[in-house]
Amino acid sequence: MKEPSKQTVEVPVATGDEDRYRLRMGPQHPATHGVLRVDLELDGETIVACDPQVGYLHRGIEKLAENRTYAQTLILTDRLDYIAAMSNNCGFCVAVEKLLAITPPLRARYIRTIVNEMSRLASHLLWLATHALDIGAMTVFLYCFREREILLELFEELCGARLTFSYPRIGGVRQDVNAYFIDGLQRFIDIFPEKILEYETLIDTNRIWLKRTVGIGKVSREKALSLGLTGACLRASGVDYDVRKHQPYDAYDLVDFEVPIGQEGDSYARYRCRMEEMRQSVRILQQCIDQLPPGPIVGEDAPDLHMSQRIIPFREARVSAYGTGLIALSHKTKPTYPAGDIYVATEVPKGELGFYIISDGSPRAYRMHIRSPSFIHISALTALSEGGLVADLITNIGSVDVVLGESDR
Amino acid sequence: MEQRAIADTLKTQFSEEVVDIVEYQGQVGVLLRPDQIVPILRWLRDSADLRMDHLRALCGVDNSKRKTSYPERFEVVYQLYSTELRHEIRLRVLLPEKDPHVDSVVSLWSGANWLEREVFDMFGIRFNQHPNLKRVLLPDDWEGHPLRKEYPLKGRKEWQGLVELKERIQELDQHGFYPPPPVEAKKGGTAKKGAKNPVEPQKTVAQAAGPASAGKEKTATVAAALPAGVNTGKTLRERDQA
Repeated sequence: MKEPSKQTVEVPVATGDEDRYRLRMGPQHPATHGVLRVDLELDGETIVACDPQVGYLHRGIEKLAENRTYAQTLILTDRLDYIAAMSNNCGFCVAVEKLLAITPPLRARYIRTIVNEMSRLASHLLWLATHALDIGAMTVFLYCFREREILLELFEELCGARLTFSYPRIGGVRQDVNAYFIDGLQRFIDIFPEKILEYETLIDTNRIWLKRTVGIGKVSREKALSLGLTGACLRASGVDYDVRKHQPYDAYDLVDFEVPIGQEGDSYARYRCRMEEMRQSVRILQQCIDQLPPGPIVGEDAPDLHMSQRIIPFREARVSAYGTGLIALSHKTKPTYPAGDIYVATEVPKGELGFYIISDGSPRAYRMHIRSPSFIHISALTALSEGGLVADLITNIGSVDVVLGESDR
Repeated sequence: MEQRAIADTLKTQFSEEVVDIVEYQGQVGVLLRPDQIVPILRWLRDSADLRMDHLRALCGVDNSKRKTSYPERFEVVYQLYSTELRHEIRLRVLLPEKDPHVDSVVSLWSGANWLEREVFDMFGIRFNQHPNLKRVLLPDDWEGHPLRKEYPLKGRKEWQGLVELKERIQELDQHGFYPPPPVEAKKGGTAKKGAKNPVEPQKTVAQAAGPASAGKEKTATVAAALPAGVNTGKTLRERDQA
């Protein structure tokens, strides 16, 4: 047996700071929604300094994108926001289409709008479920997952995957929607408004919910803009900014919807904004189903990506205008790629997802920067939480709605 | 306001700073010298007819492998947008290869803090007057800046932290749930075979280990210490009957 070393233990002298201590929350803490670590300096239960640490999920997607063709990069975007992978796919496709000057056909644009809004619902449901669970409302968690399951099953019907879809393609979508999918979606949006009411009945007037969200993590309009918040976080502070309205893509300029704007900028306002957004999503979905036009789902000028619906002779695929897909490249044809740079933003459930792509005339992106809303929202946690309580930090992490896969890239 | 018009206004206002104006697909990028970037951005943000209040993105670019030659090696790109007037512009600040640095814009947009840290992390571009310029996505002791073009895709070597972690795992495995088998046990296979062979269920562990235990006391004692029936291939019912 080793003898315990005789060390003198320094007794801290009371300086008035004896309640101060450091706490490392995460990266395995369940309320951090993934692998987020927050280094806290606490005075009793009050947060003096809050320093979020990210990077545990860093996979170098921007570097990988420089070494893959655009078609091969598409599957990487699934791994950004894995809660709403469809939105990320669409955002990337919209950006590459703008870069290569490709126009997807109208039907594909509508289908993309449908899957976009479905993934917005799926993401908001997961957000509400976990946010409510963090605050202590267990029932909402189960209810939300019940409805999210329907959406995931519809996605499975559509493309065979439940989480990482790679369904939208550059210049269109992978497959056409079938009647079963449309029926299922119609049944879902018939019942879903009642379900939203159900969640609201559970928590909207719940005293604990109100005590823990009203006035917590308050951000003023100017502060929200300065912090770079986007999405529901920015709109809850009273800024009318939604990329779907400001710079419409896909079929958003053809459907009618409203953008809910909050006033207070606290956690409760963010919650209200997202709940209203869900109602608007149902509206958009209904219009898309009603207006869905017939026609092709892949544009004529789209790069060939082995689309099942578009069977073209092999030789023709080789020489198609932007034969930029996997097949075309393996045949050593040299399609002309324009040189230029482009920044295209889309409104994903978390906020503004932007792709800044530089092309220098090669089939790969020379540089692809992903403006990820989660990364910026996590950096804003410091401003939201300092001076508050530890319990409020949990509310804030939940209410800014971050996903670490997107933050770390 | 049209993007081209914004670029032209910028050129008249800061004529010495603007290097070039490029346009692609209706998006206009203004190439700038680095010295006056903070005044330029402040002017864009505060002037009444521009009001670019939203910094959409801030990222770095390494120009060294471009097909066409570029005046400088590095760029820092700012995407600006006006949420009220709904127009945007892109500013591209050119930075030299040797000691690239530019003034920080955290004083204008506090959200630029982490974006600039990311550029520093990935490109090694320094930002003057930044409040907390350190790596954000990679560990603090990482070597090199991965998004520079000369950095290989697979990296140069294993990160030191991971090497240490692997060594630590190996060390802990010595005392772990499944410790590596002692070297002696491999020589005389009879003990193990006998113990595991269901054809001879009448042998207890101690008996099975017995004949081969001459030079392997350690194995034998461990085996004998086990309750009879364990690891002998007997089912629970067989043991009960015995």
